[in-house]
Amino acid sequence: MEVAKINNVTRVYKIGAVETRALNGVSLTINTGEFTSLVGPSGSGKTTLLQLIGCLDQPTSGSVVINGKETTNLTRNQRADLRKGTIGFVFQFFALIPTLTAYENVEMPLLLNGKTPAERKQRVMELLEGVDLTDRAHHRPDQLSGGQQQRVAVARALATNPTMILADEPTANLDTVNGEQVMEIMKRLNEKTGTTFVFATHDPRVIKYATRVVTLQDGLIVKDSKEH
Amino acid sequence: MTNYLKMAYRNLGRHRRRSILSGLALAVGTALLMFIAAFFEGEMRSSMETTLRLDSGHIQIRDADYDPDKLSVAWEYLIENPDQAAAQIEALDQVQTATPRLIASGIVSIRDESAGVQIMGIVPGSEANDPYRNGLVAGSFLAADDREGILIGYPLAESLALNVGDQINLLVNTSDGDVDEQQFTVRGIFTTGTTAYDKGIVFLPLAKAQSFSGAENRASMIFILLKDREMADEVAAAIQGGGYQVKTWSELNELLVLINDFSNAYIFILNLIVLGVTATVIVNTLLMSVFERTREIGILTAIGMKGRQIITLFLTEASLLAFGGIAFGSLLGWALSAYFGSVGVYFGDLGISGGMLLQDRIYPYLTLNATINLIVTAFIITVLASIYPARLASRMEPVEALHGAN
Repeated sequence: MEVAKINNVTRVYKIGAVETRALNGVSLTINTGEFTSLVGPSGSGKTTLLQLIGCLDQPTSGSVVINGKETTNLTRNQRADLRKGTIGFVFQFFALIPTLTAYENVEMPLLLNGKTPAERKQRVMELLEGVDLTDRAHHRPDQLSGGQQQRVAVARALATNPTMILADEPTANLDTVNGEQVMEIMKRLNEKTGTTFVFATHDPRVIKYATRVVTLQDGLIVKDSKEH
Repeated sequence: MTNYLKMAYRNLGRHRRRSILSGLALAVGTALLMFIAAFFEGEMRSSMETTLRLDSGHIQIRDADYDPDKLSVAWEYLIENPDQAAAQIEALDQVQTATPRLIASGIVSIRDESAGVQIMGIVPGSEANDPYRNGLVAGSFLAADDREGILIGYPLAESLALNVGDQINLLVNTSDGDVDEQQFTVRGIFTTGTTAYDKGIVFLPLAKAQSFSGAENRASMIFILLKDREMADEVAAAIQGGGYQVKTWSELNELLVLINDFSNAYIFILNLIVLGVTATVIVNTLLMSVFERTREIGILTAIGMKGRQIITLFLTEASLLAFGGIAFGSLLGWALSAYFGSVGVYFGDLGISGGMLLQDRIYPYLTLNATINLIVTAFIITVLASIYPARLASRMEPVEALHGAN
């Protein structure tokens, strides 16, 4: 089943009079349960493609369909609604809210989805257990290591049972051990829950876990390998 | 809402010193405005009470042709047989006291010093004269049959170096347009707490003032105090007629009433100006916060927080700052008002302006109404001003917010 379908998408950024074509007519279909890596050198367009799949950005032309729903003409709030129920994010920097504890960070998407306190508590503890951080539940991000923070971010991304998790360079700021640990967790969750994962990365440690590798160069897909 | 409060509280705690300073700006503004409101209220109350008690009363009955600025005791300006009319008016339920008064112009002199004064003939036993009787600082009050005694104010006694028992010469403009002069003995020295008034007036028993000025059985006015000044129009309507002019306190003190009526608007405008300035401090704090938290806003948006929820988050922070600042400021303002309300603020002789009398010492008086108005205005202005940074945060595109952080 198609989770995301990208049809002939371009994305042009304008900075003053200068136009930069980040994506130049890209088409891609992501199916349920895939563990996909978008790879390519810096400036190849992988992060831009990931942001379009995540409805964080809108294409200059072409269309983005998520779970069968055309998203190109959605308003900012409609995109926010779509994200909160369907898509989880893990960013390169440890994107946690610094004033909230690990527990509260994971709880945030559930709050936004209107879950009851009891539902939230059960789900958060379940997720923290999944990333092996129950003992750190009430620590704030500055009291956690980089790896622990990224695991909290993974738990948060999974909170609402999204159909797809998008991760932008999730291991870039982690050492080898922590990087491996985060990838192991995500792989396990992918296999256990069937959640679709899409990574933008150039880290071989991530690429080796992928079941599909999509290579971009100069805003175009130059290779799509499912037999990695 | 609890979660917004929790996040807002913690966000404010990130830059504790900055949050405290911003809250403090609002607190100082609120405290000063509260004190100003209390001071203004105290001033208006003092002015109203002093002017009515000493000068205008609640109602005055005068001859139709009487001109208070001339202080003439020519018969055609005076009320004949005032005792009888005063007794009839005093019999009314709403009236506390009604007493005739004769007012003439004169000059007090001793040795080679002199001072122009208003000579007021009073019925010594009337409770309308309590402010002078209770304000005696030396000697005794006048007796109705005293033919040589005079009561003078403390500032006048001081400027002419007079003591109880001293003799003074008093010159009066009489009913027939001449002047007469007679020696009087200072029986007592009083103070009403209003130097401008006390230094320009002397009292004689009515009978003596009438014979001295040639007014005979006449008076300049019947001075009426009511049990409740709000009944003035009703009582005035009941005693209209007979060729007299009946003036209520609001007609006699138009300027004072006008200032009193506008005092709320004046305070409100002052509130807007000062709170507008303090609100910019809060807005500045929130703007800094928005720019510092660009990435965070991006994250929140990415995980599905909507624009209005981000607005709510920032407005909650503004509300918490406002609440803290206003609460502390109100406490400070209340303490200032309470302290000075008890010891007063000394201004000395402020003179008489537009018929308004002010006590030398003003006692700030904080009303519940002024307090609520200030608190509500301060809160609304602060939160309204915070809408701009909150909207700015809510309009950030998630990609730009996330990118801006890298």
